[in-house]
Amino acid sequence: MARYLVQRLLLALGVIVFVSALTFALTEATVDPALAVAGEGATEEAIQQIRRQYGFDRPLVERYLGWLGGIASGDLGESYRMRRPVADIIGEHLPVTLKLGFLSLAFAILVAIPLGVLAAVRQNTWIDRFALSVSVIGQALPNFLFALLLIIVFGVNLRWLPISGSGTWQHFVMPTIALGYYAMPALMRLTRSGMIEALEADYVRTALAKGLSPGTVVFRHALQNAILPVVSLGAVQFGFMLGGSVIIEVVFGLNGLGYLARESIRRADLPVVQSIVLLISFFYVVLILLADVLNGLLDPRIRSTGA
Amino acid sequence: MLDVANLSVTIAGRGGAIRPVRDLSFSVARGETFCIVGESGCGKSMTSLALMGLLPRAAARSATRLALDGTDLRSLPRRAMADIRGNRMAMIFQEPMTSLNPVHTIGSQLREVWYRHRGRNRAAGEARALWLLDRVGMSSPRERLAQYPHELSGGLRQRVMIAMALMCEPALLIADEPTTALDVTIQAQILSLLRSLQDELGLAMIFITHDLGVVSRIADRVAVMYAGRIVETAATADIFRRPAHPYTRGLLECIPVPGRIARRQPLPAIPGQVPSPAQDIAGCAFANRCDQVRDACATARPPEAGVAAGHLVQCVLYGQAGSELSCPS
Repeated sequence: MARYLVQRLLLALGVIVFVSALTFALTEATVDPALAVAGEGATEEAIQQIRRQYGFDRPLVERYLGWLGGIASGDLGESYRMRRPVADIIGEHLPVTLKLGFLSLAFAILVAIPLGVLAAVRQNTWIDRFALSVSVIGQALPNFLFALLLIIVFGVNLRWLPISGSGTWQHFVMPTIALGYYAMPALMRLTRSGMIEALEADYVRTALAKGLSPGTVVFRHALQNAILPVVSLGAVQFGFMLGGSVIIEVVFGLNGLGYLARESIRRADLPVVQSIVLLISFFYVVLILLADVLNGLLDPRIRSTGA
Repeated sequence: MLDVANLSVTIAGRGGAIRPVRDLSFSVARGETFCIVGESGCGKSMTSLALMGLLPRAAARSATRLALDGTDLRSLPRRAMADIRGNRMAMIFQEPMTSLNPVHTIGSQLREVWYRHRGRNRAAGEARALWLLDRVGMSSPRERLAQYPHELSGGLRQRVMIAMALMCEPALLIADEPTTALDVTIQAQILSLLRSLQDELGLAMIFITHDLGVVSRIADRVAVMYAGRIVETAATADIFRRPAHPYTRGLLECIPVPGRIARRQPLPAIPGQVPSPAQDIAGCAFANRCDQVRDACATARPPEAGVAAGHLVQCVLYGQAGSELSCPS
């Protein structure tokens, strides 16, 4: 297990370095940082001065390595616009995004697993078809559109929920549903297909032959086998949702990382954009790693072969 | 102890009903091993599932009598049937590799039966599990409790399955080809284990197999099944020495015995195909493959005739009970 973990960690580190290079190169290629800092209507002299002052005249590779070195020592650089350390700015916005991510994942899991189990147990009945319809709609409907529908119905017409901001818990209800519904179908389908397979397995027949109740057979014997891949997918989906929350945060005016990313792109605030992309890819890599480890912890067969 | 009359299983399907088990009647006494032998697809596994009440959802069971120790199993509500399963009647299966749950320890799977039928007493359940693991011949039973199925070989897993079936001291054990998936040496060990457990615990056992070698080692009485029906029932010695039904005789001839068949001679085989369980069979199911077929075979179901004490056969050759005691050749 230790050797396996080291391998995975090295691979994860490689992925992050690669993403950082790509992010840096792409953002620098699309925007001239000196021009961005100087702002519109600046004179050519002012731009040249900024270029020297910030070191933008140095070669790209040199500046990339400098940035990378800063990150390694915990310094994400300084925002061009806000004149404050990027780390502080991200620190202010991250909690909102993490909160939204966790709530959405919880919502997705709480809907997906019971619905998936029910669909499998009542395979080919109306419940099963209902569950499949819900998941097809979730996959087909773009989540900004679903978010807007929620706003129209619950915010504008019924006036039950606030449509913008992040002040109270009510502000998180619609964003959670909108983002969670995006992650739910994949989890539901995996639960359903895993359960259908598990319910036909020999060990389920054994459990029935022991006289166990249907509830024990479904939850203790079938679900505990079917849930293994769902846990990993859930971790990966959480990464998806951190990325996907850019749109949802903008639609609902939640002042999180996604909102910050959009604003920073608009203002060509490169250090902030680069740091956010790097941070999200870092989360993503960590979550995939976590999914592997979780799978190993839950499945006794992997646990012992990896040891 | 177990009394079965006219047990049938019908599976409704789009192309009409399938009847894998047709009008089975037999009884099993305390301490007896009753073997049901037949080719694959003859309905023997369906029979065992029907007895346990574990048929797939699409299959329906009917019988004029189905009683365990006087309890009529036909009309029992689901819950009451589940109270009997794993408790008064238990079952072991053909596939030890997949019959145990991979994510639970051996101990928890054993204790679970105890909790279900004897109450949630961990110490008592564990004591019983330890005693049984030792009894089925597993070394260091205490360590086994903490192990997972994938850490055990097929033979050991089948021993665990046997221990699990015996947790609540059932009166009847149904063993559905429990040794088919095992090596020959392990197979012999498991058979002698079952035999000794049976003597010790006074178990009644229904042992399902396609292997006549296994039958000769373990059975007290044998029922030969063909196309969903029992065609012959007799004490084990009678089946091997005086087989009456042409199908039984055919089966016995198919066993390669050194010296009986000349070298390079093909092994005898029964020609033709087993009728499909979807087919309606008016007369004898074996008629189309039988070398002694008569006109009567095609039209009416052969009556059951006694050829000796406890030796019953469904074949027109024995139309009048007791009239033909020797084998017609």
